[in-house]
Amino acid sequence: MELAKIEELVQKYDNAETTLQEESLLRDYFNSGNVAPHLEEYQMMFMYFQNSQDVTYTKTIEFKTQKKRNYKWLSVAASVALLFSVYMGGAFDSKPQTLTEYLATLPENVQQEYKEAEKALKMLSANFSKGNEAFNNLYAYEETVNKILKPSKK
Amino acid sequence: MNQSDFLKVVLPFKDKVFRLAKRLLVSTEEAEDATQELFFKLWRNKEKLSDYKNVEAFAMTMTKNYCYDRLKSKQASNLTLVHSNYKEKDASLDKKVEYRDSVNQVHQLIEKLPDQQKMVIQLRDIEQYDFDEICEMLDMKPTAVRVTLSRARKTIRQELLKQHNYGVS
Repeated sequence: MELAKIEELVQKYDNAETTLQEESLLRDYFNSGNVAPHLEEYQMMFMYFQNSQDVTYTKTIEFKTQKKRNYKWLSVAASVALLFSVYMGGAFDSKPQTLTEYLATLPENVQQEYKEAEKALKMLSANFSKGNEAFNNLYAYEETVNKILKPSKK
Repeated sequence: MNQSDFLKVVLPFKDKVFRLAKRLLVSTEEAEDATQELFFKLWRNKEKLSDYKNVEAFAMTMTKNYCYDRLKSKQASNLTLVHSNYKEKDASLDKKVEYRDSVNQVHQLIEKLPDQQKMVIQLRDIEQYDFDEICEMLDMKPTAVRVTLSRARKTIRQELLKQHNYGVS
């Protein structure tokens, strides 16, 4: 095709006035490889447009079936978890159930230490309740004082 | 309508949907997810499809809207995407050399255009839809489509000229 015609079409192309047929003429010309140097930019554009058509969606379109399958796997996972927990529960059963049973499994010196700690805590608790009793007396005292004072205030 | 009927209707334009999504969302994975999601949506609404004169145009409109939503939620919640875009621009030397590659250059220039110009270029110059269809897909008036298209084409050409001249001098 003669250059004058192409130049005219290019002008129309810039103004978005070309028809699809005219654009396909331009496409053919610019992808032919034999392009006038002053129209190089158009060649770049049309080559890019041509290349872009080769981009395709390669994955397959999936329907909802996929999601259903996920739920199936979820139930499998749940049953495995349940079995596992039952199994582990059995394992825990063999362990000591009460504190005294547990203590019996410990070495001698640790048991000794435990007993001493227990004694110390008992002493602390005894003293603490003694102090608490004293407080109780104090409260009783305050109550009687209030009983006496309140009516006189009114 | 069963699955194979549906696919017969839908498969001819699946690549066009994917390319439009990729144009707007840039990342290939995002575009793949969008395409999958769109076809799933179409499948769910398959009973209504026969009501549309032009299923393809309807699908393209859906694609546009879906991508807009994705972009909006990105801007609102995900700043990392903005960051990765910057990263892409001043990448390694290899990338810069690649950038000079003319075809890639056009790609970068289109990426910089406003979304509407991107879509019009995509639909007209790559997918070769006629103006009536583009009007329907983008919900635009014919004159608006022409103005947008002309602006996009001129911008790309002028930018190419600019880069070309820099290279010479």
